[in-house]
Amino acid sequence: MHPARKLSPGGATAERLFWTLTSLATLVALWALAANLTDSRHLPGPIKVLEVLGQEMASGALWANMSVTLVRVACAFFLAMLIGTMIGIVIGSYKRADQFFDSWLVLFLNLPALVIIALSYVWLGTTELTAIMAVAINKIPNVAVQMREGARQLSRDLSEMAQLYNFGPWKTLRHVTLPQLAPFAAAAARSGLALVWKIVLVVEALGGHATGVGHQIHAAFGNYDVPTILAYALAFIVVIQIVEFGVLQPLQSRVNRWRR
Amino acid sequence: MASLTSGPGTPVPGTPVHVRVKRKTFPAIGGRDENTVLRDVSFEVSPREFVVLTGPSGCGKSTLLNIVAGLDTDYEGQIDLGSANPRMTFIFQTPRLLPWRTIRENLMLSLPDGDRRQDNVDAILDRVGLTEAKNAYPERTSLGMQRRAALARGFIQEPDILLMDEPFVSLDDPTAHGLRELLVDLWNSRPTTVMFVTHDRTEAVMLGTRILRLAAGSASIKADESVRLSPSDRTDREKVQAELKRIFESLPET
Ligand SMILES: Nc1ncnc2c1ncn2[C@@H]1O[C@H](COP(=O)(O)OP(=O)(O)OP(=O)(O)O)[C@@H](O)[C@H]1O
Ligand SMILES: [Mg+2]
Repeated sequence: MHPARKLSPGGATAERLFWTLTSLATLVALWALAANLTDSRHLPGPIKVLEVLGQEMASGALWANMSVTLVRVACAFFLAMLIGTMIGIVIGSYKRADQFFDSWLVLFLNLPALVIIALSYVWLGTTELTAIMAVAINKIPNVAVQMREGARQLSRDLSEMAQLYNFGPWKTLRHVTLPQLAPFAAAAARSGLALVWKIVLVVEALGGHATGVGHQIHAAFGNYDVPTILAYALAFIVVIQIVEFGVLQPLQSRVNRWRR
Repeated sequence: MASLTSGPGTPVPGTPVHVRVKRKTFPAIGGRDENTVLRDVSFEVSPREFVVLTGPSGCGKSTLLNIVAGLDTDYEGQIDLGSANPRMTFIFQTPRLLPWRTIRENLMLSLPDGDRRQDNVDAILDRVGLTEAKNAYPERTSLGMQRRAALARGFIQEPDILLMDEPFVSLDDPTAHGLRELLVDLWNSRPTTVMFVTHDRTEAVMLGTRILRLAAGSASIKADESVRLSPSDRTDREKVQAELKRIFESLPET
C-alpha cells in the first residue's frame, strides 16, 4: 500500500475524484467531437441529449417512468437475493444437495436472459409479477453460486468455538455465521444490481408494458429517436451509480472493515 | 473456596474424569488411507490434577482433547466427566477468535449476556497485557496477542475442567512465564482439573502434577509418571532439571 494514501485518506479521495472527473470530461469531449464531425441525426451531441433530458424532466415523464422501473428493479433484486441466498446456503452446506443441484445451477447460469424472459411471458402472461419474476430468475443462479461459496467456506474452527462456549443458535447466527457470509452477500448484491437493471429494461421492452424506462427506450427506438434513448440511458446510469456509491459500496466496506 | 489444605496434590472431593478411547479413526479421504490415530488410550484424571500430555507431533494429542471436549463424537469409547455438568473450557492450539469482533467483544461473547463473570473481562485482559489492544480487531494484532486473548477468554470462564493445547508457544519467555504464573494462580484459586498439551519438557515438569506420554502412530500411553516436586521446588531450576531427567530419560523417545 502506498504510504501517502494511508496517511491522508482525504487526499486519496480527492485524487480519485480528480481522475474520475477528468476521464469523464474527456469522454464527453470525444462524444461532442464525434457528433460534430458526423453531424448525423443518429448521433446527437451532449447538448442535444441534455435538452431532451430537460424536456422529459419538465414534463414529468422521466420521473414517472424511472420510478416504475426502479420499483421493478428493487422487487426483482430483493427477490433474487432472498431466494438465491437460501438456495446457495442449502447447497453449500449439504454435499448431497450440491451434487444433485449443481447441474441445474449450471443450466440456469447458461440460459440466455432472452429465453427466460420469452418463456416467462409465454407461460405466465404479461403481468407485472411476470416481469419481476423474469428478472429475478435471471439473477438467482448468480446469487446462489456466490452464496454457495460463502457457505462452503464457513469455518469449522469457529463453529466448534461457538459450540464450546454455548453460543446457541441465535448468537451463532449473528456473530459467527452471518459475518462470514456478509462479504459474499455484499459481492452478490453489487454484481446483482448491475445485472438486474440491465435486464429490467429488456423485460420492459419485450413485455409491452405501458410504462418504464425500457418501454420508453423501446418506443424511441421505433422512431429512431436516438436523443431520447441516450437521455433515458444517461439518467438511469446516474441513478444506479448513486445507489452503487451511496449504498452498496459503503455496505461492502462496512462488512469488510475488520480485515487487515 | 479458599482453603489452606487444598494445595496441589491434596485430594479434593469430586469424581475423577474417565477417558477411555478404544479407537479413533479418521476416514480415508483424498487419496489418504484410513488413519487410526488413537488406540486404547485410557486414563483417569483426579479432581484438581494437572495432567500434562506430551508426545511427538501428529501422534493425536489435539485429537484426544477434541474428544474429551465433546467436539469430536466419532470415536469408539467413552468419556465420563465426573460431575453432571462440569464447566469445561478448551484453549485451542490456534486462537480461534472471531475476526469481526474486537478482542474485548470476543471475551464478552464467550459468556452469557449479563453473566457476573463479564465484570472481570477488563481485569483479565489487563492480566494478560492486552489493555491497549482490547478494542482492536484480532487480525490487526500479533499472533502472540491473539494467543493471549484466547487464554484470557478461557481463563475468564472459571472452568472446572480446563483443556489446553500448547497454549504458550510463539510467546517470548517473560510473557510465557507471566502467563504460566497466571495459570497456576487460577488453578490454586479454584478447584480446576487441567489437561495440558505441550512439547516443552521443562514447562511440563514445572506445571504438571503428572505427565502422560503418548507414543507415535496409533498412539497409546507410553508412560505415566507423577511429578515429585513441591510448589517451591518448581521454581528451582536444578530440581526441575533433575525431575525432567528422571521422567523423560527413564524411557527415551523412540
Ligand atoms: N480432520 C482430520 N482428518 C484426517 N486426519 C486428521 C484430521 N485431524 C487430524 N488428523 C490426523 O490425525 C493425526 C493426529 O493429529 P493431531 O492434530 O491430533 O496431532 P497432535 O498430536 O496434536 O500433533 P501436534 O503436536 O503437531 O499438534 C495426524 O496424523 C493427522 O494427520
Ligand atoms: Mg496438536
